[in-house]
Formats: sequence, C-alpha cells, structure tokens
Amino acid sequence: MNSLLRYKGWTWGFRSTILLYFVVLIVLPILGVYYNSFSLGFTNFVESISDPIAWRSVLLTLRLALIAATINVALGTMIAWVLVRYKFPGRPLLNSMVDLPFALPTAVGGLMILLLLGPGSLIGGAAESLGLEIVFHQPAIVIAMVFVTFPFVIRAVQPLLEELDPSEEEAAYTMGAKGIRVFRQVILPAMAPGMIGGGMLAFSRALAEFGAVVLVAGNIPGRTLVSSVFIYGEVESDNGVGAAAVSIILLTLSFLILWLINVAQMRGRRR
Amino acid sequence: MRRLWIGLTYLVFFLLIAAPLGKMITGAFGKGLSGFWEALTRPEALHALMMTALVVITVTLLNTLFGIMTALYLVRAEWMGPRLKSLLNSIVDLPYAVSPVIGGLMIVLLLGPDSALGAVFEHIGFNIVYAFPGMVIATLFVTFPLMVREVMPVLQEIGGQQEEAASTLGAYGWTTFWKVTWPSIQWAVIYGVILTVARSLGEFGAVLVVSGNIMNRTQTATTLVYQDVENFNVTAAGGVALVLAAFSVGLLLLMEWSKKRKEVR
Repeated sequence: MNSLLRYKGWTWGFRSTILLYFVVLIVLPILGVYYNSFSLGFTNFVESISDPIAWRSVLLTLRLALIAATINVALGTMIAWVLVRYKFPGRPLLNSMVDLPFALPTAVGGLMILLLLGPGSLIGGAAESLGLEIVFHQPAIVIAMVFVTFPFVIRAVQPLLEELDPSEEEAAYTMGAKGIRVFRQVILPAMAPGMIGGGMLAFSRALAEFGAVVLVAGNIPGRTLVSSVFIYGEVESDNGVGAAAVSIILLTLSFLILWLINVAQMRGRRR
Repeated sequence: MRRLWIGLTYLVFFLLIAAPLGKMITGAFGKGLSGFWEALTRPEALHALMMTALVVITVTLLNTLFGIMTALYLVRAEWMGPRLKSLLNSIVDLPYAVSPVIGGLMIVLLLGPDSALGAVFEHIGFNIVYAFPGMVIATLFVTFPLMVREVMPVLQEIGGQQEEAASTLGAYGWTTFWKVTWPSIQWAVIYGVILTVARSLGEFGAVLVVSGNIMNRTQTATTLVYQDVENFNVTAAGGVALVLAAFSVGLLLLMEWSKKRKEVR
C-alpha cells in the first residue's frame, strides 16, 4: 500500500509539473503580451498602433517578407529539383549546405551579409559607386531574410519529388505530352503543396526574423525600419506598451499562418 | 538544360552561402592571426563565451528532460482527454511562430521589475530579468518544440504495445522506460539534443532583450557580436562569429550523422 501511495504521488507530481511548465513557460507569457498591450485601455492600444512609425514598420515587414518568400519559392523549387533529379559532382555537399542557415546563429548570418556587402567590401564599394544602396537599405533586409529562410522550401519540396512516381511522368510522355506540359500538369501539382507550405513557413519566419536583419536594417521609418527592430527599439526606450501593441499584430499574423499550415497539413493527410 | 540548372544551383549556393561564409573567415583574420586571437581573448569575449556555454548546458538539460516527459504524456497519457491533448499539442508549436524579440519581450513584461511577479522576486533578492535565470527561460521558450517534435513521432510509430506487455509482465514504470521505451527513442533524443544545442548556442533576439546585454555580466557570444558591430569593431565581431560558426558547422555534421543513425534503426 505504501509503495502504491508513493507511486501515485510521483505520478501526480510529474503530471502537474508538465502542465505547470506549459502554463508558465508558454501560455502565460503569450497571454501577458496581449494583456499588456490592452492594459492602458483600448484607446491607448489604438493610439500605439496608429502611430505612423508603428504601422508603416508592419507594412514594410509584410512587403519585404513577401518578396523574400517569393524569391525563396522560386530558388528553393529549382534547387530541390536539381538536388533530387540530377546526379553531379558535389551534390551531397550542396545537400548538406542547405541546412547551414538553420544551424548558423542568425546574428552570424547578419554579420556575414554585412561583411560581404558592407561599405568597405568589394561588392559594397562597387554598388556604391553605381549609386545603389544595399546595406542598411531594403535590398540587404531582403537578402538577410532569404538567407535565413533558405532551407524551408527546399526541404518541403524535396521529399515530394522523391515520392513522385516516375511512371506517371513516363505515362504522360508516352501519351505524347511535351516537356513543358508534363511539368505543368504532372510535376508542378506534385510539388505545389511543398512550395506553398514551405513558402508560408519562410514568410512567417521572415516576418519574425530579428538577428540577421537588425545588423543590416536601417532605422528610417517606413523605408528601412522593420517591425522586429522597431519592437526592440521600443523595449530599449522602455515603452513596453508600444512594443506590445506592435508585437500582438505580428503574433496574431504568425499564429494565423501557423494555423493555416496545420489545417492544410491535416487536409493533405486525410486525402 | 541540365547544365544550366546545375550551374544556376551552384551559383545560388555560392552567392548566398559560400561567399558570405568565406568573407567572414577572411574578415576574422583581417588583422592577422594575432588580431583573431586578441578578439577571442578579450576579457569580455571570454566571459561571453562562458555565459553562452552555461546557458547552452542548462537549457539543454532542462529541455531534454521536460521535452521527453511532454512527448511521453502527449502520446501515451490516458488521464488527459483528447481535447486537452490536442490543445496542448498545438500549444507546443507556438514558440515557432513567435519572433525571438517578442519572446524576450514577453518575459520582460511578465517577470520584469515593473511586473507584479517580478516585484515579488526582486523583493526576495532573486533577479530574473537582466540576469541568468531570465536568459535560461527565454532560451527554453525558444527551444521548447524541438525535443518534443523529434520524440513524438517515434513514440507514435512504435506504439504502446511493447510497453504494455512489459508492465503486464510486472515491470515498474522506470524499468519499462529504460528497457523498452528508451532504446527506441534514443536516436530521436540525441537528434533533439543536437538541435537544442544549436538553437540555444545561436539564440540572439530573445536573449538580447532579456539579458540587457550587460558586458561581463549577461553578455553572450551572439550579443557580443552584435555589440562589436554596433561599435564598428568588425574584426573582433568576426572572430567571435567565426568560433560560433565553427561550432554550428560541427553540430550540422553531427546532425547529418545522427540522422543517418536514426534512419538505420
């Protein structure tokens, strides 16, 4: 009996620890941000949001993240295709290098881009003499976002291409379809879920990215100030409510995307 | 056609990954080997590397422990209704969607000096924000899904029958876990550990906000890189960044290795 009681005590201990861990580590902080941004009343929240610096930073982030995700869908689909379909020297090396942007600390990624394209470098100098501004301007932000989200689309499309039954393609060819048509009607539909899913992940990650972006972004409102950098600035200047207000816009967007991805995955599984 | 695509792929890899990496390596040695060595042996750099190591070790231990337990409960527990299970299951992924800066902000808002909880802790002389505990909490938040999401699919795949058989034969909870469950999940756990180490080593946004980036006290390697860049000391930043990058590449190789082992089983 005694040992049974002890066993029960352990079980309850473990159960409540895990539930508490969930609540304290994840649920409370997230609710805290929402609570804080409304803590000074709804009008105050609206005021924080309607500050042009705030909403323009959100719009800018959305636009740049969309550009970065689109670039990644195009590049990622091509690279996934090449890595799955062609055998060529260096393929295993390239395949391992895909994950490097995930493994590298984001601040290191930002520093790498800064060093490569910065004012003192070869490329930066050449661009400057041509009158192009890269670092501390929008191109560098997009490049940083593309770098950080590089693996998503590739890793989403690769397994789909590997699974694609070659006989489908062969059948299409045998029936006299031309290369482009086979691609459009057989291969592209097979890759589409990965392109969309990976693209959405890349988009939400680009929205949230801070480390790589903060090193190469500027602070001109509406032109080079992205929201994560804006939030950091608000935190630094002790404006918790302003930071929280912009945060919950971004958070709600990211949660929405995450939810959409989950719904899409469940649909896909059911089919 | 084939040549064109392969060539384009090589070009993308070169421009986006190899060139920046190469530039950083040469940048770190911009003032020669001694410059690199000096950047690393500055007192603040040594302290920052030590802080990073401490955070990585603490977070990896806690996250592994809680991650395995959470995964076990989410797959096996009968005491949770299916509704609670699926709710918790979707909560696990939330940190993925949270920007690191916002993750840090959450902890500052919840436990910072201005909050109710933070005031209580401060009163008893226990600082969380702008100190080590806050940095650990922030990193735990960010790394939380990694272990759970590695272990859960394996548990689902092996099913509960073997474990049930073991406990019917009279094995106690711990024995069942070590003799039956552990051997099948161990490679997933090792993979999860590597992911956690990599992520906590590189965590920047959340830690920057929570730690306050105080030199020689709460500064980690990544936040030191940031500060060096802000101070236009790019060579020093490159030195520290190179050490971080070397660790990451090492972890990436380990990841490939353990992925292969995981697949073999």
